[in-house]
Amino acid sequence: MKLNGGQALIKSLEMEGVEVVFGLPGGAILPVYDPIIDSPIRHILVRHEQGAGHMAEGYAHATGRPGVAMVTSGPGATNIVTPLADAMMDSIPIVVITGQVPSAAIGTDAFQECDIVGVTRSITKHNELVTSAQDIPRIIQEAFHIATTGRPGPVLVDIPKDLVDPNNPNSAMEWEWPDSIDLPGYKPTTKGHPRMIREAANLIAESRRPVIYAGGGILKARAAQALRELAELTGISVVTTLMARGAFPDSHPLCLGMPGMHGNYTAITSMQQSDLLIALGSRFDDRVTGKVGAFAPGAKIIHVDVDPAELGKVRRPDVPIVGDCKAVIDELIKAVRELGPQPDRAEWDTQLKQWQAQFPLHYEQGWGEGDALKPQFCIEQLRDGSPEDTIVVSGVGQHQMWSSQFWRFNHPYTWINSGGLGTMGFAVPAAIGAKVGMPGRTVWAIDGDGCFQMTAQELVTASAERIPVKVAILNNAYLGMVRQWQELFYEERYSEVYLSPDLPDYKMWAEAMGCVGMRVEHPDEVAPAIEKANSIDDRPVVIDFRVDWTEKVYPMVAAGTSNDAVILGPEMGEGGH
Amino acid sequence: MANPPPRHHILSVLVENKAGVLARVSSLFARRGFNIYSLAVAPTDDERFSRITIVVDVESSPLEQVTKQLFKLINVVKISELDPAHAVEREMMILTVKAEPGTRGQVIELVDVFQGRIVDVGHDELTIELAGPPSKLDDFEDLMRAYGIGALQRTGRVALPKLERTATRLRSIGKVG
Ligand SMILES: Cc1ncc(C[n+]2csc(CCOP(=O)(O)OP(=O)(O)O)c2C)c(N)n1
Ligand SMILES: [Mg+2]
Repeated sequence: MKLNGGQALIKSLEMEGVEVVFGLPGGAILPVYDPIIDSPIRHILVRHEQGAGHMAEGYAHATGRPGVAMVTSGPGATNIVTPLADAMMDSIPIVVITGQVPSAAIGTDAFQECDIVGVTRSITKHNELVTSAQDIPRIIQEAFHIATTGRPGPVLVDIPKDLVDPNNPNSAMEWEWPDSIDLPGYKPTTKGHPRMIREAANLIAESRRPVIYAGGGILKARAAQALRELAELTGISVVTTLMARGAFPDSHPLCLGMPGMHGNYTAITSMQQSDLLIALGSRFDDRVTGKVGAFAPGAKIIHVDVDPAELGKVRRPDVPIVGDCKAVIDELIKAVRELGPQPDRAEWDTQLKQWQAQFPLHYEQGWGEGDALKPQFCIEQLRDGSPEDTIVVSGVGQHQMWSSQFWRFNHPYTWINSGGLGTMGFAVPAAIGAKVGMPGRTVWAIDGDGCFQMTAQELVTASAERIPVKVAILNNAYLGMVRQWQELFYEERYSEVYLSPDLPDYKMWAEAMGCVGMRVEHPDEVAPAIEKANSIDDRPVVIDFRVDWTEKVYPMVAAGTSNDAVILGPEMGEGGH
Repeated sequence: MANPPPRHHILSVLVENKAGVLARVSSLFARRGFNIYSLAVAPTDDERFSRITIVVDVESSPLEQVTKQLFKLINVVKISELDPAHAVEREMMILTVKAEPGTRGQVIELVDVFQGRIVDVGHDELTIELAGPPSKLDDFEDLMRAYGIGALQRTGRVALPKLERTATRLRSIGKVG
């Protein structure tokens, strides 16, 4: 069958089962936008290419299927650089297609030329400049394979205009869908080494103070159920990192919640005092370890990761296991069973319960006349007033940490955030992508006022495409997280962090973008506003919560310090031992 | 590059022969803060693949991370570490050196001793070609400096494992499949 490159591209996406593409056209990608009209693939027209990238990420987070974005050359391509870096850091499978100037113009500084393959080399799992229309099906097939297997990540495919333009002879090709993939340098290991798995089981059997350190890899490997089995079989408690919230139910008696810089005391301290850390799909990120040299000094390490480069990158494991988390945990469960009953760890379990009782997360909502609305209260009300399987998407800052702390995540894939790159502006577009992938679910973006201003225009996309996401802005009139650091570490010298509560007027802005806009200033108004928002299903909703600007995120481990020095809060002082 | 690394690794990296592969490899080293002393690329007997021989210093580049990160590149097919003590290393150099009538004889003599070749002759300059173990090139370079080096180029080293007991000495680090 004779096709042109543009048709071949769309057909390749169809072959890969793509149901939706987020994008925005322009000169170099124009010819591809013609065959899209005749394709069953839904195209969602964004207002800024960064939005397309984060939507693709949100879609992938929520569904586990690769998200796809398509943009033009030059500025279109550079606008999607941030989402690529974001997806690289958080191992999100997305495929980004960029138009490129015609082959003959490459290297001439042609209009809207940008060497996007060069620019994105270190922030993609792989990228490729297509040089012949005939290669399009193979390269697209490889792109999806690479994005979704092993450690998932973003793949960029750059396609010169002449290869997709039916008026150019270079676009002629004979359609052929390869029936196998030939990548001699890419064969991810998925099965763990049996001897290592036995050794891991032995270490577990010997340990008296073990903790399971579950990371985002659990979710990538769709291993939440396996993790639960392992925890219940061994009776070992689980911390879930920022990327793994929901991978183990917060309601489970063995759940210790989030560790790290703003983790809870028990999660942080259990790791510090443990004699065995079972790291599953986690990567000893600096936000989790604090000062690496002082991190969990007495712990042996079992480290399971599908990416061999993570093993020993930060902390040398006693038992390294390269493999897919699900496959390895399944085998580990068998090996643990063979060894018989676990040792008595009552003392440790009692200690954990005692810490939990002694150092809970803490805030106080006052109800008096001049009492400010607390952001934590808004989140708890949102949680209690929304369906149990609501998908929560956050921006980056204080509101992100409070969301992770105060929501109760009882299902996998209900928490979506930008963990590794920490991208302000992630929430609104990622929430739209999640809602597109999971239209039956309630999707709440919990955003900061600063973050919201970075990508809010995508609510126009949401209104136009009838994607009824909901946005709670925790409007503290500040770049709050930065203000917190200036307050604590720069002697309250506030520099360039004030934003104003009223400028912009978020309610009017929301309405201008076709959303329902609301404003909430008093604790009494919170629940009714949320109830109203949850009852609206034909358009996006934005609630401007005017929250206490003085509120800070606690506990906190200051950057670069030891996890033994947890600051619990102004009134509770320093914990630790 | 003039000073040979005191402690170095030699990595022999088999890559797919595709556009941009060298850029991927070199930008990975830059991004991870690994210092490259020398790098040589050449085709192999199989036209689908090229071989990159990279010399990295031990200080900046923990061998395990270098190989693991390299191996994440889709186009990298196989990585072998060559232990410098058990490898044959060769490098080639061409240099132009001052050789006025008074010193010309001495220069030619040294070229002979080092088994180099004179490949071009000017009025008061000679261009010399010398191949051999990198340390021999270093020595020759030192000696020539006294006469005045005009221009100098070295290829960077290529290496193969020594033949006896090859199997135990070639530590294959990241073989796929
Ligand atoms: C794109 C980007 N720029 C800057 C930062 C640094 N930064 C981290 S949190 C933060 C403040 C976010 O403010 P806001 O969205 O209002 O959230 P809050 O902390 O007030 O809840 C900033 C500026 C970032 N993470 N991302
Ligand atoms: Mg704010």
